[in-house]
Formats: sequence, structure tokens, C-alpha cells
Amino acid sequence: MSGFRHSTAGRVDRNKPVRFSFDGKTYQGFAGDTLASALLANGVHLVGRSFKYHRPRGIVTAGSDEPNALVGIGADEAHYAPNMRATQVEIYDGLVAESQNRWPSLGFDVGAVNETFAPFLSAGFYYKTFMWPPKAWAKLYEPLIRRAAGLGRAPTQADADRYTQVYAHCDVLVVGSGPAGLAAALAAATTGGKVFVCDEQSEMGGSLLAETTATIDGLSARDWVARALADLAARPNVTLMPRTTAFGWYPHNFLGLCERITDHMAKADPKLPRERLWQIRAKEVVLATGALERPLVFPDNDRPGVMMAEAARIYANRFGVKPGDKAVIFTACDSAYRAALDLMAAGVAIATIADLRAAPCGPWIDRVRSAGIAIRAGTVVTGTTGRLRIDSVSLATVGIDGNPGSSENIACDLLLMSGGFTPSVHLFSQSRGKLVYDEALQAYLPGISVERERSAGACRGIYDLDKVLSNGAASGTGAAKAAGFAAADTITFSTTADSVGTDGFIGVTPFGGPSSKARAWIDFQNDVTAKDVRLAIREGFRSIEHVKRYTTTGMATDQGKTSNMNALGLVSETLKVPVPQVGLTTFRPPYTPTTFGIFAGQSRGDMFDPLRKTPIHDWAAEQGAAFEDISLWKRAHYFPKRGEDIHAAVARECKATRGAVGIFDASTLGKIEVVGKDAAEFMNRMYTNAWTKLEPGRLRYGVMLREDGFVMDDGVVGRMATDRFHITTTTGGAPRVLSMMEDYLQTEWPGLDVWLTSTTEEWAVIAVQGPLARKVLEPLVEGIDLSREAMPHMSVREGRICGVPTRLFRVSFTGELGFEVNVPAGYGRAVWEAIFAAGQPHGMTPYGTETMHVLRAEKGFIIVGQETDGTVTPDDAGLGWAIGKAKKDFVGKRSLARPAMTASDRKQLVGLLTVDSKTVLEEGAQIVADPAQPIPMTMIGHVTSSYWSATLDRSIALALVRGGRARVGTRLSVPMPSGPITVEVVEPIFYDAKGARLDA
Amino acid sequence: MLLITCPHCGPRAELEFAYAGEAHIARPTDPMALDDESWARFLYHRANPKGLHAERWRHLHGCAQFFNVVRDTVSDSIVTTYPAGQPRPALPGDDKGATR
Amino acid sequence: MPDLIQRQGALDRFAAAPRNIPAAALSVLPDSARLSFRGRPSAIDAAGAAFGVALPRDACRFAVKRGRTAFWLGPDEWLLQSEGEDPATLFADMSGKLAGQSCSLVDVSHRSQAFALSGPQAAYVLNHGCPLDLSLATFPVGMCTRTIYAKATIMLSRPASDIFHIDAWRSFAPYVWQLLDEARSELA
Repeated sequence: MSGFRHSTAGRVDRNKPVRFSFDGKTYQGFAGDTLASALLANGVHLVGRSFKYHRPRGIVTAGSDEPNALVGIGADEAHYAPNMRATQVEIYDGLVAESQNRWPSLGFDVGAVNETFAPFLSAGFYYKTFMWPPKAWAKLYEPLIRRAAGLGRAPTQADADRYTQVYAHCDVLVVGSGPAGLAAALAAATTGGKVFVCDEQSEMGGSLLAETTATIDGLSARDWVARALADLAARPNVTLMPRTTAFGWYPHNFLGLCERITDHMAKADPKLPRERLWQIRAKEVVLATGALERPLVFPDNDRPGVMMAEAARIYANRFGVKPGDKAVIFTACDSAYRAALDLMAAGVAIATIADLRAAPCGPWIDRVRSAGIAIRAGTVVTGTTGRLRIDSVSLATVGIDGNPGSSENIACDLLLMSGGFTPSVHLFSQSRGKLVYDEALQAYLPGISVERERSAGACRGIYDLDKVLSNGAASGTGAAKAAGFAAADTITFSTTADSVGTDGFIGVTPFGGPSSKARAWIDFQNDVTAKDVRLAIREGFRSIEHVKRYTTTGMATDQGKTSNMNALGLVSETLKVPVPQVGLTTFRPPYTPTTFGIFAGQSRGDMFDPLRKTPIHDWAAEQGAAFEDISLWKRAHYFPKRGEDIHAAVARECKATRGAVGIFDASTLGKIEVVGKDAAEFMNRMYTNAWTKLEPGRLRYGVMLREDGFVMDDGVVGRMATDRFHITTTTGGAPRVLSMMEDYLQTEWPGLDVWLTSTTEEWAVIAVQGPLARKVLEPLVEGIDLSREAMPHMSVREGRICGVPTRLFRVSFTGELGFEVNVPAGYGRAVWEAIFAAGQPHGMTPYGTETMHVLRAEKGFIIVGQETDGTVTPDDAGLGWAIGKAKKDFVGKRSLARPAMTASDRKQLVGLLTVDSKTVLEEGAQIVADPAQPIPMTMIGHVTSSYWSATLDRSIALALVRGGRARVGTRLSVPMPSGPITVEVVEPIFYDAKGARLDA
Repeated sequence: MLLITCPHCGPRAELEFAYAGEAHIARPTDPMALDDESWARFLYHRANPKGLHAERWRHLHGCAQFFNVVRDTVSDSIVTTYPAGQPRPALPGDDKGATR
Repeated sequence: MPDLIQRQGALDRFAAAPRNIPAAALSVLPDSARLSFRGRPSAIDAAGAAFGVALPRDACRFAVKRGRTAFWLGPDEWLLQSEGEDPATLFADMSGKLAGQSCSLVDVSHRSQAFALSGPQAAYVLNHGCPLDLSLATFPVGMCTRTIYAKATIMLSRPASDIFHIDAWRSFAPYVWQLLDEARSELA
């Protein structure tokens, strides 16, 4: 024994010393240590400050239920992770850890002044204090709360680590590798099914790793674990997953597992992810998640040096660490007696065992008594002392009245407590299984399953080793069978182990009656005391869900793993109602705090979403285009020349297109090929327009409604043959248009002989627009006569351009003579470059989506999603002409006949001209009739599009205005923070109203 | 994540599917013959049962077919799936009187 | 008139120098003519005869014959692929043979980009974005299906136990390729 480390005991590797730092001081531990065990081996108990009162806190548990020992880990900000449980952090050479929630240091913390104000920080403090006056919220309360709130600190740099996500399937997933889990895994593995076994700890074996006396099949528990793991590892159908937490259960046996891969490595291979999210679909699940030891609730039970008895046993047996020199034990169950013997063997003096029970008896009690340890039955802890570490305990015997008598003070540096065990039913509850309260065990146990799972061992309240193993094996066999794999034979085990029984205690131990001023902690992490819970009840809270939210008990990052049952017990006792009537708070994922990293996975930066680029994208990028996001697409927004801002570039692009010729990448337009003998009939039903008489080789602008009568999409449609249409849709609308068409076709009109194929990405689309467009294209085209006579506006021809096949549309979204050249996508860039080269003598200018928007707005062409918002009818948008009046039916037609759809005061599309021509309205701005009216004003419309028109040398806007068409010629007002802007309502067309240019 | 059995492709993860609303609501053959009330009912009125619910899903990232699913809205368990156009089969649990 | 316009692939930039990771190798597949065939049951045999490969009637299966592959994609949808053939020729030929049939034939040769992921860890890498059970028992050689990889739709097929073919629409192909390339980093 040197210091607090045993010379031989435990599973740490003494040949591999490890140096790490905690709060700037360097310590040594061994490979196999957790940060908690290594700190304890160095005599460090004080590891953090509590959340609310900044009380000094120490290590309480040895597992993922740790409420106190939360630390920040990471040598630099890019690798910093807050709120890591020291009990789960494996140490390595160079590990840098720091305590949290203290300033300037752990030993002297200014925030501990909250302790002085503790009487004012009672349950519901926020709700009661920060109420009035309202103005204090923004400047006083919120900053104050924000500064005090939050646990740990967020790193200041982006996470430098990799995280991956992977899907996997198995027949049986076993969660937990303690005795029940290993037995289940062995039983399931022999059937040949695909078995996954995960455990949150670095070593598999669970409670058996700290077991020193029990034997299984003639082997020590640890040797049996080693043999079982070797057996499993040798089987190709078994995957062992240590350091892997099953944190969430999602519908249909889909579980989220977080595998920690590099956190324990001093020098991690940079190719490895830090963590891997396993998304596992398991045919059957065996939950072998064990049980968590419950603290006892007594005054000042939160000092450093107060620890769970079983945790102390784990530190002694598994890590060879002596958590103190002289211990007092406070218990309500037999397992603490087992711990006492193990700790005594590890060199800890056991001053006394205070047992809450009046007459404890059984083999463990006998063994302790014969070891010479004093046992005080019917005794409670009434208080503790010690500033940064416990130095004494007051004990008192509980009298017949149920209250403790006079106290006796006993010096110690360690106080171990055990209130019995709480089955870990978190995942079962997440799977929506019904929990049933077991009065005898004072525990909620798994009841009826909803998903395909079974709980085995301690997590279903079975604690004796022989029963745990046989229950585990039966669960493994049963799960494999349910997954379709028959078991060869039953696995049995022979064990020697004394039962530690099932005694325990929930609630608050008697220490001076409900009016006692003593503070006995129920929730260590959120600093909730028995007094807080009692106050909540006095104030009328009854349901545990309300008590929880009012006091915040169970709401910290540990989700009340150590506190929930004691809170329930206290509420039950205070209200004098049975525990089940108090209710149970819902267990939700994640079981333990989980990094954002694994939820993001590889979806970071440019990989966050598919970043769709057209075949012409790279050309635009090389030209220095600015891009904008349109749905998932990157589209060239404008092509700035040196020194140009967006306004200058757009003005130049507009003038060039109207004056000569522009070239525009329209490849993102959605495209659908509609083929079959009933194609025209299908088009008639889907669109408002009539299609029957459209001749092959002609185009038509089509409007599509939803069944509720509102505009859903629009686009130009070409009839390629009697039985073949080439539809274009908006860029963002392509998937939903195709989906809606498929829906009608598959489910309403399956008799139509027509089929749909998306061709969005088959074609690159190059728009050539402007008075010189024909001149540019003519020399490049084979087999198509581009002349006005042979190919009028709104026609389509097939032929070749630059030697490759094309569908050439004569169409204009600019109001100029225009063509849209469709070529197979793989030729898109080459054809674009050929056209661009041919256009240079004619002053051809590339333009982006902003210029496209301005040019179309000058012509009053709407953009679905800009002029429409899902509440706009064709008539509202000025598209009444596109409705085939003679058609008996089309999608949305009946809705257009509803009274509200034909009301005269509907918002209608109009043009707006600001009286001051230089003022450009803001899109989205509201429109009123009279700006002098009192606030709130009656809003009669809004601006949908607004631009500076270089062509017209003035601003233009489109707007939806109530009864707008009747207001043409009148003046309205657009109130803005700087004052109202007066506008004149005009027809929504600003340029070449007769359309002579596009017919050129 | 739900595991949905496509009638054509077999069991697949929910990610491959798109939800498409309540099943067995046929579009009237002659919408113009309906009065406003009936049309509004067709457009907007949907069951919201606690219990078995017949609903449409589309195997969007699969065979692209629409089909029907009977799902228990309490447990999220899927009782059966069947191709579009087939009537909803009678199921155990129907008699429990799903509430609308 | 420019002379010969070269077809550009969606993955040219990545395909030039892929990382050599034999456990999960990425490689671009050659250009093909691809036609989307959809139609009534009555037209399926005719389509198979016209294509030279009987269209598989079993769900999620593909059939190969002399460089031509017919992929089942849905109960009324097949993808017909012919490696190295001129799409226009194939389209014209099949259209002629299917005249009068209740079906649709659409040239989608340029719509997608095909590439292969091969090696002993190919399935593991694919499972980083694809939720399917890729064990040979549930996804045998000869199976094909549309599915997803992360946020993109892909067509996935398995011509050999350690080889998967992935077909993604052009603008999604770099996303899928790059994610797979990132996922296989740990095998480098």
C-alpha cells in the first residue's frame, strides 16, 4: 500500500503508469484507471462545486450515474468536452481535466456566496423572484439567470474530431455485460444468431469485475468473465462492443448506441472517429442494464468523502484504491456489509455500521460482526462536518416515536451510504413498456412490453447471482428463439454466492421531523433538498411531474438516476399516498449525456446537405460568379466584374440582355417526361390549362393547383409527340410536383395509360435571351430552322446543337426573343462554352438569378413561392386566362368555386410604382390605405417582389393587395420605420406590354 | 425509426418512405356535383383516432409506390400493410372502437 | 462548329485520383446508355425481347446479359442499362420495337452517375449512410433497389458479394461519393 493505492489488488496495470493533470496539478495513475479512481488514489475527493449553491462536492459513484464529479476534458478548445463524468473518463498520458462551476479555484469559490443566500434560493425561486417589473427581464433578470445557469462551459472552437454514424442489424442485441448480459449473450450466441453485446464501461463484466468472493462454475467471478468473453469473442456471429452506451430506444427496436473510440487514447489514430453512432435495428433486445445504488437522504449528505458503499467497494476491488482511511457506513441493506468486508480487506478501518433497519440479520451481518465491526441497528446519520472533506459523522438511534435521539459524533474521512438498489428501467421505459411498482422491492419494474424486448437480471429486480445468471440465459435463449434461432440446449450455471437480499429504503431518513432546517440532499446535481420538495408539496404540487419541474429535482444531466426514487418516496410519505399514485416521471433519451458530434456525424460543413451543382456550375465559379442557395441547388446569383457590387452587376446584366443577348443557366428547372397514350388526358386533369389541342412541337405555360385550389407550381410544357410531354417545373417544386402527379396517377386514376419519369438531371438547360439570341444560335444548330416563321414563340424542336442532341425551346422568361437549349447534362458545359464563344462577337453576357428576377418582374411574370404563398388562386395572381374554362374537372377546380375563393376583396396581384422613383420598397413590406390611421393599422396587402429596374431607370414592385385590380390608379402607402412611402397602384407589367419583343 | 413493410420490397427503414395522410379517402368522381360542405369534408376532414389508423405511405426512395398501412397510433406498431387500391382488411382490435 | 464534344461525368474531379483503400475501393463506372422503362404488364415481355434481357419480375432483382442490365425498380418500372452504347441508337431501336405497347420509354442516360464501392469492408462503409441490412442473406448478389445514402436517393445493386454499384443523380453523386470517401477514412 502506498498512499491510497493497494500494492496488488484491482485490475489496473501497475506496469503502465499514466500522468495526467487535474486543475493544473499533475498526478499519476495507472492504465485501467478512471479519472475518479486515479484522483481517489491520490487522495483527491473534492472534484467540483454544486450547481446552485456552489457547495464543495466529491465523487459519489463509480459509474455513469455520477451526479457530482463532472469535469471538463481536453488540452485545447478544439478537443474540449464539458460535463464528462470523472467516473467514466479513462485516463491516459497527458489527459488534461478541470473542475467546473467554480471561480477562481475549486478550494476557494466566489460563487459559494450563494450558500449564504440559500434561504432565498428555495424551490421555485425563479418563478417567485423574477416576476415583476416586466422591464427588469431584459436588462436584469435574464442576464443574471443566464450567467448563473448552465453546467460546464461550451468550448470556444469548432470540434476538431471526426464522428461517424453507422447502421447495423442483428438478431439479438444485449445491452449490458454484467452477469445477466453475459449469460444472455452466451445463450443467444450458441443458437447461431447474430448477437451484439454492448456495455458502457471500458471493461465488460459489470458487477462481476468488483466481485471477490463469489464463484461461477468453479471459477472466480473475474475468471469466469474472462472465459465468457473469450468464448464470445471467438464466435464469428458475436460482436462485443465495450465503451458503448445504448442511450436511446426508438420505435420498432431501433436503438442508438454511442461507441467512444478514441477518448481513452493518448495518441489517437487521426483516421479514427472520436465516437461512432451505432443505429441498430435488433430483431430482439435483451436489456441487462443492472441496477443503481440509491443514496440515503440525511443532513449534509453531500460533503466530499460521502460515497455510495458499492462504489467504494468497486474502487477497492476493481481499481485497488482505498477511498479513505476510516469509514462510517450508513445503510438500509445487506450489500453495504459486503462492501464493509471488502474495504476492511483493502485496509480501510470501518468505524461502525449504522443500519436504518431495527434488526438486521443474515450471513453478511454475521460475517461483519465476526470481523469485529460494530453494528448499530436502528441508527441514522443526523449530520456531518468538514469543509472540503468530511471529518465527522453524528449518529443517533431512532426512538419509538420514529425520531432520532441524542447524537454521538464519530470522526472519519469517509461516509459510505446505501439505500438499496434501483433497477435501471430507463431503456425499457423509453421503449414505451409499462412500468409496474413492486411494493416489496420499493422499485418500478418492467411490466408489459410494447417492443420486442425482455429485461434480465437486476434491471428487473432479480439480484441473487444464480437467479441473475439463469434469468439471463433464459432471456438470451428466448430472444434468439423469437428471432428465429432455436437453442441447442439450455445453459446452466453453478454458483457460490451469498444473497445480499433486497432490502432498501426510499425517501428521507428520519433526522428531526419535517420542520427541520437541516439540508438533506435528494438531487446532488441540481442542488435539491428534502426541504425544497416538502415546500413544493406545501405549496400545492401533487404530481411528481409538477414537483420535478418546480424544484428541478431529477432535471439535471443525470436525469435523476440517483434521486428520482428518493424524491418519489418523500412525496409519497408527505402526501400519505402510495408511491404509484404520485406518478413517475418519463424516461427519455439519452440515457447519459451524449455529444452533439455523433448526432451531426459526417453532416458537417459542405457535407451538411447535398450541395447540388449544375453541369455549368464550375464555369460560373471560374468566372467569379456569386452563388445563392435555391432549395439544395447552388445557382449563379450574378456575375460581378472587378469592382462591381450586386447592383452594378445586375444593372449591367439586365441592360446587356435587353440590348443584345444574355446567357443563363436554367438547368435546375424541374423536368418531368409524361409518356403514354393518355398523356394529354392526364395533363388536362393535372393542370388548369387545356392540352388536347396543343400540337406536337408547341409549348404552353401551365399552372398547377393543389386540390384546395391554390397555385402549387407553374412551368412551360412542351408537347414532343401526341403521347409525350416535356414538363418543366420550378426549381424547388420538382419533387413535390412529381410526387403529387404520381399520387393521382397511382391512387386515383390507375386506369390511365401514362407514366412519369423525372428528367430534371438528364438535361442541362441553357437560356439564350435577347434580341440577338437567334443570331448566336443559328450557326451552332443542325436540323432546326430558327427563323420567326419556322419556329415561332412558344415552340419546341428536336435536332442537334454543337453536334449533340437537343430539345430547343423557343421561350422567354425575360420578355425578349429567347431560346432555352436543352442538351444531355454531360454535354452541358461544353455546349454552354461553345454558345458563349459564339456569342462574344454579339456582346453576349452571362447573367444570374437576380437579373432573371428583375427581367421577369419588369414583364410581370410571377414566381411561384414569391408572388404566391400557398393561399393564392390563379385569379389572384392574374392567371385566370390559364384556366381551361371548358374542362369539366382538373385538380383544384371544385375548390375555385368555393365562396371564399371568388370574393372580390381577395388579395390580387398588382404593380406598385413608388412616387419617388428612386425608392426601392422592401419585399414583404405591408401596405395600408391611409398611413395616418391609428396603430394597429389595417393592412391590405404586401410587397412580393421589388427591384431597381435599370431598363426603366426607376424602382418597380409587385404586390398582393386586397381588391387590388380595382385600386389601379389609386395611391396607397407602405409604412416603414423611416416613414410611410407613397406608391401608385398600376397594372403588373412595366415593360413591353404588347409583347412585341418576344415575338421578334 | 419505424420499420415499414412495403408490399413490394419488404421491410425497410422509415427513412425510405414519405407519409401521405389518411387512407381510403377517394377523390369524388365528379367534384363539381358536390356542394361546398361535402367538398370541404373531402378536402379537410380527417380521422384522428387513438388506436388503429389506416394511412398512406409512399416508398419514395424505393419502388416509389403508394400503399396503405394500418398503424396503431398509441404504440406506433404497424399491424398490416397492403397495396393501394385494396380495401382495408378487418383486423383484431377494430372492435375496440377507435375514437375519432 | 466545334468538333467533338466530350461527355463530362459528375465525378470526373474525384475519379481522377481516388485514395487507394483496398478494404473499400471507390471507382467510377463507365458511361452507359440508360432508359427508364415503365409500362403495363402486357408490355414487359416485349420490352425484354426488345432489350435482349428479360426484365426480372421478382422485386429488387437485376438481370445481366452481354453488357446489358435490366434493373427492377418498381412493379411497373425498370432501368435498362447498356454499357458503352449510344443512347440515341438504343432509344430509337427500342422505341420502334415497342410501338403500340402500353408503356413509356425515356432516355435518362445523363441523369445519373454510376460508381462502384468494392472490397471486404464495402458493406460496412455503405452502412454509414444506407439503412439497409446489407448481409448477404437479406441483400444477396443480384439484388438492386432504390434506397437512400444519407440525404440522397441512390440506386444500389450488388453484382458480387464484395462489390456494390451505386447510381446517383448527377448533382447528388459528389455528395454520396465524398461521404463514402470520408466514411472509409478509418480503413485507410
